[in-house]
Amino acid sequence: MLNDTIVAISTPLASAGIGIIRISGDEALKIISKIFVPKKSMDNRNIVSHTLHYGYIIDPKYNRTLDEVLVSYMLKPNTYTRENIIEINAHGGLIVLQSILSLVLRSGARIAEPGEFTKRAFLNGRIDLSQAEAVMDIIHSKTELALNASVNQLSGNIKNEIEKIKKNLLETIAHIEASIDYPEYDIDELSADQVKEKMEKVATKIKYLISSYDNGKIIREGIKTVIVGKPNVGKSSLLNALLKEQRAIVTDIPGTTRDSLEEYMNIHGIPLKLIDTAGIRLTEDIIEKIGVNRSKELMLNADLILFVIDSSECLTTEDDEIMELISNQKVIILMNKSDLNKKVKKEHLKEHLREMTIIETSALKFEGLDQLQEQIKNMFMIGNIQIDNETVIHNIRHKQSLEKAIESIYNVIESIDNRMPEDCYAIDLHSAYEHLGEITGDHVNDDIIKQIFSQFCLGK
Amino acid sequence: MSYIEDNLDVIVIGGGHAGVEAGLASARLGLKTIVFAVNIDSIAMMPCNPSIGGTSKGHLVREIDALGGEMGKNIDKTYIQSRMLNTGKGPAVHSLRAQADKDKYSKTMKLTMENQDNLKIRQNEVVEILVEDSIVKGVRIISGSIYYAKAVIIATGTYLKAKCIYGDVVIHSGPNGLQAANYLTDSLVANGIEMYRFKTGTPARIDKRTVNFKMMDEQKGDEKVVPFSFTNTKEDIKREQISCWLTYTNKRTHEIIDNNLHRSPLYGGEIEGTGPRYCPSIEDKVIRFHDKERHQIFLEPEGEDTNEMYVQGMSSSLPEDVQKEMYRTLSGLENCEIMRTAYAIEYDCINPLQLKQTLEFKKISGLYSAGQFNGSSGYEEAAAQGLIAGINAGLKIKEEEEIIIDRSEGYIGVLIDDLVTKGTNEPYRMMTSRAEYRLLLRQDNADLRLTDKGYKVGLINKERYNYFVHKRQAIEIEIQRLSKVIVGTNDKVQNILRECGSTLLRSGITLKELLKRPEMTYKVIESIDPNRLPLSSDIVEQVEIQIKYEGYIKRQKKQVAQFKKLEKKLIPEDINYTDIKSLRIEATQKLNKIRPLSIGQASRISGVSPADISVLLVFIEQLRQQKIIDSK
Repeated sequence: MLNDTIVAISTPLASAGIGIIRISGDEALKIISKIFVPKKSMDNRNIVSHTLHYGYIIDPKYNRTLDEVLVSYMLKPNTYTRENIIEINAHGGLIVLQSILSLVLRSGARIAEPGEFTKRAFLNGRIDLSQAEAVMDIIHSKTELALNASVNQLSGNIKNEIEKIKKNLLETIAHIEASIDYPEYDIDELSADQVKEKMEKVATKIKYLISSYDNGKIIREGIKTVIVGKPNVGKSSLLNALLKEQRAIVTDIPGTTRDSLEEYMNIHGIPLKLIDTAGIRLTEDIIEKIGVNRSKELMLNADLILFVIDSSECLTTEDDEIMELISNQKVIILMNKSDLNKKVKKEHLKEHLREMTIIETSALKFEGLDQLQEQIKNMFMIGNIQIDNETVIHNIRHKQSLEKAIESIYNVIESIDNRMPEDCYAIDLHSAYEHLGEITGDHVNDDIIKQIFSQFCLGK
Repeated sequence: MSYIEDNLDVIVIGGGHAGVEAGLASARLGLKTIVFAVNIDSIAMMPCNPSIGGTSKGHLVREIDALGGEMGKNIDKTYIQSRMLNTGKGPAVHSLRAQADKDKYSKTMKLTMENQDNLKIRQNEVVEILVEDSIVKGVRIISGSIYYAKAVIIATGTYLKAKCIYGDVVIHSGPNGLQAANYLTDSLVANGIEMYRFKTGTPARIDKRTVNFKMMDEQKGDEKVVPFSFTNTKEDIKREQISCWLTYTNKRTHEIIDNNLHRSPLYGGEIEGTGPRYCPSIEDKVIRFHDKERHQIFLEPEGEDTNEMYVQGMSSSLPEDVQKEMYRTLSGLENCEIMRTAYAIEYDCINPLQLKQTLEFKKISGLYSAGQFNGSSGYEEAAAQGLIAGINAGLKIKEEEEIIIDRSEGYIGVLIDDLVTKGTNEPYRMMTSRAEYRLLLRQDNADLRLTDKGYKVGLINKERYNYFVHKRQAIEIEIQRLSKVIVGTNDKVQNILRECGSTLLRSGITLKELLKRPEMTYKVIESIDPNRLPLSSDIVEQVEIQIKYEGYIKRQKKQVAQFKKLEKKLIPEDINYTDIKSLRIEATQKLNKIRPLSIGQASRISGVSPADISVLLVFIEQLRQQKIIDSK
């Protein structure tokens, strides 16, 4: 735990063109040699430190090339963590980065805790004593963020699903433990075959959850954030401003955006699926009408709505109609065009949409955007908004825990097949439960004892 | 009148299972020791069930024995029935349990104490702990006289401000009608010790002559008896055994309980203490598991020279008339006569988070405590703590390093670590599921795990130690030998395999590999292993277990290696957690209160997150580097 090999994607999780995966620890060299095929052959025993190598990351299991990469080798002690460090520079965007990360994890590394590279750097004497406070702060703040994000990334369905599996496991464990600790009580003992049957079911369920991640859905998902408003209030400008690129066509002609546009971005590590919609108004144009209806549909299914109004114009019945439609949703109101003369007052809006956050923005001048991002982050952290309720695993940490859990379950089944007694396979049952607990954040031992006494009537 | 009566090394307050082990250990380490008890006839008394051992508790007794304690030897001398439980399951959870002759158990232990050099027994009530500058100085007893000592061990069990309750009857006495100790709590509180109030209970005792055993199932002892003490062989302790009996509650029993619940002191508010989930009263069971049609009840003899029988499974604090009515609904107990009424007992104990892992109080040097006073329940749990407290008080006085059994070394370690790291809000009972390294902490290998420690401390003599070392070597040599002997595919081998229902060999295989098959035993392969030396059964048992479960044992050992790494990362004693700004507030508070010894212990505190541990590691490194700079 103190000096095993860790890995993380060390560039921001945005859809940037290039990303770096950093591996640190004694096993780093061994791991990279399993998955990296350099163009020019190299001698793994005589690697020159601080050199860059061109080649391919290949998943040895399927003999599939994941990406064309540059790998830098940095040998201890002259590295950031004073351990061997490998950095994989990949180009394939987020999906590819994630699959390389998965591969590294499968090859023997563990996902780094938040701030862990820095922690190691300090513990190994790489960082000056005066920086200790800062190091502790980094660990602290990064962890808080990651923890909240991690919990919130568990959609309701996933959480239910994992809780169900856990409950199932816990009941089995408690049953076995109760019959071990109270051998003379009239508890119907679980036979090995019964346990095996239960575990096979559990394994199927966990496998399904893992596959949901592998399907690459993570990128398809994110907080479904729908930008709505009547035509020409600056919705597309806002999208462009947030993405810092000209993604949507912006004109001053109302109704320019006929269909919705989807884009992905990251706000402080939180994945966002931004959807720009056609402005909502009564229209006779058939194509625009379809767009308007689609906008309404998207609004209803949104996790978060960014309601844009033109603060330089008075509110119209069209604005009122939208307000009506979104009154039960999570909404941030953006008083756009704040650089122009203001005709709408915040107070007036408050009457209609109570308790909703109002932010003044100018998409053209990039004003108010930081405040918007901060607000989205906060709403996510306190659990106010959540990624929509599909049964999909988003978080690599969760995936790793599930993989460890299923490995333990397979061990249980193997032990049973080898006719080992319950005290042997109980070890793996416990660790399966522990790994699932890592996802939901519970502690094992207390749970088990509590469960024993609520499930069975025991005691002298 | 106040005067100085005596000057000692160690004072033990209480002569129960904790006090006995503490007193004996300290005296055997050569320290002048005194044990106080409110009534010295109650030394090693068993006020509740008449048995020693059982699941996980049996493990504790064998560990006590391996360290040089007395409980195992004493029960071997006084048992009236012995059973190895869980033999249908794996070796890690085989558990030894013996029914005791209560009276003989107590008297035999008292005699052992009386004959122990350096040990005095004194009937009197201790009313005050004397502390100066956070160092314990001695005690004052009820007559006013003062006993000075270098260490004091509190083992007051359930006696502090004890109150026995059934129905509307409240008696201010300790267990079994013995005098309670009503003054010591105030002295402890005055010294800043945080107290809890816990509750436990015991069932009625009934007259054997009024029981119809024909209506019950007989529970006999094992034919092959395994001794608790590693110093005994089964021949040493062979004797006639007495049976226990099984019967059940029924609908009528439950009706009576339901109809009289309003008369329970639990509902009248007379009982305020926290009771254990582990020994619920029969009324608790009926309420909580209302759908269960019947509950098992065991009748256990209290000894050879008495007609009293213990009604296991039916502790209660209902009024006497209800008790009589409900006991008589049981098949075989229709005409039973109650000799002692069931009761609940409330008592003062401490929040064990105030203790170090050595069982010394963090705030008062030289003051130790053990047993139910620390919030545990059970004779074995008490004895285990008493032994550790006695050893450590002795070692401290001798200025030697105190011992800590860690979670990977014994149930004793799990027990103490749980108490002092996690605390408890109900009387704590040992359970095998609490031990994360259960496969290593077996009852059969307690000697292999702990005899070294017992010898080093000075409680295991040279002769016993030599015998042990020989046994350990013999096990290793035999495993080595079996991993080298190869058997081929000849008829003799295949025939044996066929007889055992095992897969036939296709090529040669070592005896060790062969033994790994679940259906093969050491005995079965005797005829194909001609060079075998005669080995005692305990050695054979170890060889078999270590080979059969090798894979699992290896995995657990790997886990233990991880665990030890964190246990060895010590936290400086003078650390000030409020200096660490990046800790979460909850973590700061918990760490300040518990003051863990190591990073490992810190990580087991509920409310301390992995991130807090990381921050703590960085802070400790900062301290270390600072110290190096300062010393330059």
